[in-house]
Amino acid sequence: MEQTLEAPRASAAAAVQPKKRQRRPRSAKLMAGLIIAGAIALFGILGPLFLGDPNAISNDTLAAPGNGMLLGTTQTGQDVLAQLAHATRGSLTIGVLVGAMAIVASAFFGIVGAYIGGWTDETFSLITNVMLVIPGLPLVIVISSYVPDKGLLLIAGVLALTSWAGGARVLRAVTLSLRNRDYVAASRVSGEKTWRILMVEILPNLMPILASQMVFAVIFAILGEAGLAFIGLGASGTWTWGSMLFYAQNGLALRLGAWWWFVPPGLLIAVFGAALSLINFSIDEIINPKLRDQTLAARKRWNTPRTKKLTVPGTEKTSS
Amino acid sequence: MRFYLQKIVFYVVALWAALTLNFFLPRWMPGNPVDILISKLSAKGPVTESTRHALELMLGTNSDEPVFIQYLNYLGSVFRGDLGVSVTYFPANVTDIIGQSLPWTIGLIGVATVISFIVGILLGQLAGWKRGSWLDNFIPVTTMFQAVPYFWLALVLLYFLGSRIQMFPLSGGYDVYTVQPGMSWAFISSVIYHGALPALTIVLSSIGGWMLGMRNMMVSTLSEDYIVTAEAKGLHPRRIMTAYAARNAVLPSLSGFAISLGFVVSGSIVTEMVFSYPGIGSALLTAVQSNDYALMQGIFLVITISVLGANLLVDLLYALIDPRTRVRA
Repeated sequence: MEQTLEAPRASAAAAVQPKKRQRRPRSAKLMAGLIIAGAIALFGILGPLFLGDPNAISNDTLAAPGNGMLLGTTQTGQDVLAQLAHATRGSLTIGVLVGAMAIVASAFFGIVGAYIGGWTDETFSLITNVMLVIPGLPLVIVISSYVPDKGLLLIAGVLALTSWAGGARVLRAVTLSLRNRDYVAASRVSGEKTWRILMVEILPNLMPILASQMVFAVIFAILGEAGLAFIGLGASGTWTWGSMLFYAQNGLALRLGAWWWFVPPGLLIAVFGAALSLINFSIDEIINPKLRDQTLAARKRWNTPRTKKLTVPGTEKTSS
Repeated sequence: MRFYLQKIVFYVVALWAALTLNFFLPRWMPGNPVDILISKLSAKGPVTESTRHALELMLGTNSDEPVFIQYLNYLGSVFRGDLGVSVTYFPANVTDIIGQSLPWTIGLIGVATVISFIVGILLGQLAGWKRGSWLDNFIPVTTMFQAVPYFWLALVLLYFLGSRIQMFPLSGGYDVYTVQPGMSWAFISSVIYHGALPALTIVLSSIGGWMLGMRNMMVSTLSEDYIVTAEAKGLHPRRIMTAYAARNAVLPSLSGFAISLGFVVSGSIVTEMVFSYPGIGSALLTAVQSNDYALMQGIFLVITISVLGANLLVDLLYALIDPRTRVRA
């Protein structure tokens, strides 16, 4: 919780000291995001190795944090911290799997359709738009309730199915403008193959967008899986943040006041999601320099030559 | 005119896709849902041959007829408003159950979404206008709220405001013990009281997205030449902010309503489950837990139709607000 506040605080600090270069807040955002996301990922990778069996029950039921149990125990005396470590691993696996699958699908539908044009483009963008307006979670719920034994891969596949459309639309828009650039036309005229133009000329220019779409897809997948597992439709036998919340809800953690049971998983989702958003902000700012979060002081400085002549007294205070 | 036609055709295609998906999903899935359903039904009473036939039609395990005919039959029955029989609430029709729970959801999500959209747009406008101010720096915090799963926020709010402080009720859509449903003030106030916490959850978790989108568009718009011109003319800053910048900056947020609405609705469905709110979400949970495929599919269909309808409405309104979209189409 405290860590995520670092970014605003850092840029506020930079606002006080305009001498320090404007680049600082941008990299602070990125660093904060990377550090938090990295720490959580590390916890997911290494935690399960040290923290023991999440299913082991003990006599020490519903113990509050402390007393050797860092995060207390559940209704059946399971160690919440061990569960959290395994859940982190499960949720991150889902996130990465879905992110990878969704990005491949959206790249295919977005880039290929827009580049080829004509009927292919019409069809692809129709599919994309239809998938975009059909609400994702209800569809995922319907699909996964038909399958009795769900593996991690199936859940990931279903989530990917509903999460690629947004990215495809963005990629299509950018590809449309790229395909008419001179250097693409030149390589087309010089007889390069379509796949080579796509891979060598167009794809590298889409990298930042792909990266930001991937981050989005990961957040979406983790949230979606959490919702699904919370209803009891998650991957069977796998610990995720959502399944922890499912057990907490069913174990009446809320009525019994066992906050240490249901707060940590949700908080981790939120913090991890916020860290990924911070990374995404930085990527966005690289793609679109207009968005860079210049501090008030910095902006005032490069505005002075112009605004001095233009603004009427009184407007300056509010406008800059 | 061409624009409206295009839009309507698109939504008809989307609706058709949803219906088709709904029809083919159970047919692609492993196992035979009809047998599961029949065994459940027979526990509650004798199953007539026509019920079995209806189930087979709906779930597509009747192999006597070619798939195409089944498909046409299915489409026909959907348009007649016949979504089959619910197992959980046997012998009630799926349509009736949805009819009971839909107003609750539309009321809750509708009001919460409108509040969240308006407040988010206003705050985003201010944040973009005063870039680098405390409000602007506050935006990363609200995006953290966005990354919070709706239902978890609901759990936490319920724990602190419902269970600890006991300011809000723990579940339900109104006080079932003391109030009779009707157009009385007691009932309405009870509904508002029970809906406050779910609505707060939805607003808190969806507001960040609107704010961020509006803020970014505001920043882009403010660097346009006509803003400089407006400044040069000596217009009042508030007029520049609202009439010049915000009016143009709000357009992408409106057209992005489609994507966000699906997300908000998905989140709210699970939120309803936490609050045991008598809406579509809770009905869906019941359906899922008791393998009530007919109810589940009916609910999916109704949710999809509502989202499509809301989007169509926004799209048509959008064309009124921004004439350029009509020209481009």
